[in-house]
Amino acid sequence: MGKVVLKLGKDISTDDIYPGRFMATVLPTETPQFCFHDRTEFNAQLKAGAIPAGSVVVADENFGCGSSREQAVSTIRGHELVIVARSIARIFLQNAINLGLSLVICPTIEAEVGDELELASGKVRNRTSGREFDAVPLPPARQAIVDAGGLIPYTRKKLLELPARS
Amino acid sequence: MGMTVVEKILARAAGVPAVRALDIVEPRVDLAMSHENAALVINQFNEIHQGTGREPKPWDPDRIAVIFDHRVPAEGPKTATNQKLIRGFVARHGIAKFHDIRGDLGGICHQILPERGYVRPGFVVVGTDSHTTSHGALGCFAFGIGATEMASVWTLGVALNIEVPPTIKVVVSGRFQEHVGPKDLILHLIGRLTAQGANFRVLEFHGDTIAAMSTSGRLTICNMSVEAGATGGLVPADAETERYLRQEAGVTGPLAPVRPDADAVYERVVEVDVSRLEPQIACPHTVDNVKPIGEVAGKAVQQIVIGSCTNGRLDDLEIAAGILRGKQVAPGTRMLVFPASGRIYSQALEAGYLQEFMRAGAVVMNSGCGPCLGIHQGALGDEEVALATTNRNFKGRMGNPKSEVYLCSSAVAAASAITGVITDPRAGGR
Repeated sequence: MGKVVLKLGKDISTDDIYPGRFMATVLPTETPQFCFHDRTEFNAQLKAGAIPAGSVVVADENFGCGSSREQAVSTIRGHELVIVARSIARIFLQNAINLGLSLVICPTIEAEVGDELELASGKVRNRTSGREFDAVPLPPARQAIVDAGGLIPYTRKKLLELPARS
Repeated sequence: MGMTVVEKILARAAGVPAVRALDIVEPRVDLAMSHENAALVINQFNEIHQGTGREPKPWDPDRIAVIFDHRVPAEGPKTATNQKLIRGFVARHGIAKFHDIRGDLGGICHQILPERGYVRPGFVVVGTDSHTTSHGALGCFAFGIGATEMASVWTLGVALNIEVPPTIKVVVSGRFQEHVGPKDLILHLIGRLTAQGANFRVLEFHGDTIAAMSTSGRLTICNMSVEAGATGGLVPADAETERYLRQEAGVTGPLAPVRPDADAVYERVVEVDVSRLEPQIACPHTVDNVKPIGEVAGKAVQQIVIGSCTNGRLDDLEIAAGILRGKQVAPGTRMLVFPASGRIYSQALEAGYLQEFMRAGAVVMNSGCGPCLGIHQGALGDEEVALATTNRNFKGRMGNPKSEVYLCSSAVAAASAITGVITDPRAGGR
């Protein structure tokens, strides 16, 4: 992980992450341009390439609530941002696991923009404040998808275990 | 120990005698629904098959439904091209539960599925739309998934690694006051539970209020269960479910209603008495920012929206038309009405409701999702305020982050259209 570049409150919706009016754009290769679109300054920095891969977005509880739109995950993944949130809404969490977005659930995280975070043995360490916060491990069934490299390779493996259909 | 409804449904679908909350299962899917985002599902589906030597054919075309509703008719070339691509796919694979842009068969996916009898009690239903929770109104377990997960379902016919959700039992009692109804109940409940209070859980609805509630009202409360974070909302199938499916959806053949065991284990029980419930308003910019109407009455609104999968059914339109009869939409306020399906549009036309709306000055739009999420018509100007019967009021939801959206029932929306300010519909308004 790296430096915190955006700090968000609770209940950040997928409309905030990826506004509905860009939903006609679906391909992961095209969605990154609209990442946090209406946070115009942040979006401009992303598009200018001013935010390095591995930079961290810190959020309070219920990050990614609302719509099931997968663009909300692919748009963040496209910039290789890491999400560290106190909790994450169900569909967003599953989409993130399915697409291989880096995220950490850290119920007590405290960090400010500019702080340097690192993940080590189940804890998020804020190198700037010197404090450590416990991360919550994913349930084993979800970890299996992460370990496979996402849902596409995981499903592909399951498909090949099935007898071929005529 | 007994099982809740969702536990019974998932046990059957996973082929095991019993499951408990937090078990991991792989349930067979009875119905898999997508809308225009099927374009992304197709992309992911093809990617899964790449390099496998297997032909990308869906596991069971009869269990797939595709409904165009988000941008209908297409607002631009990108959507139109996606819709064309999807049309080719459904034709190639013989997907019969396909609802194109049509006045007879078309509509919003969460209305089409129930009214065409595609969802049945006991089913496992997945949809690439968070409001798939709606279908729990018919006693099934219905939940939203992403496009990649749908591609996996199309490939394997099962939902992978599903954690059995714990169940919160919601017991609702009492009779609603006039012009208070299911929308006010669910807004009140979301306010109490908060936007994340039911995360990873199912809301199972019980009580005499639910027993007396029509399927339309049940669809409203299950639709918005996701706004409390719930994986699903669920009304155990009963006589009303059967009546709806037989009489309105034309379903023949056996039905298999699933009721909870008497000793089912609930994570907690929430009780609501609606007899003194006032009309409820969800204020900007979160759905759990709910207030009784008295606290926000008088707020000026520039756009009234009646419609959507939440409140665009015939009873909603009947209530609104009744309130507007002989009245006019206030100058400075515009009113949009979009019925939830082509069938409802026709019924409202025959009943004279649409005539009443137009005479009052409202604009009657075709059925679709567009205005609700700011993607196709009905966008708001800077600093404008909308009052809508839809389901979300997130910042920017109606297409402009500098605007505000308040959520309410169709009765409140209609009463407020006449005055141009948020108005209590009880006792003639004002």
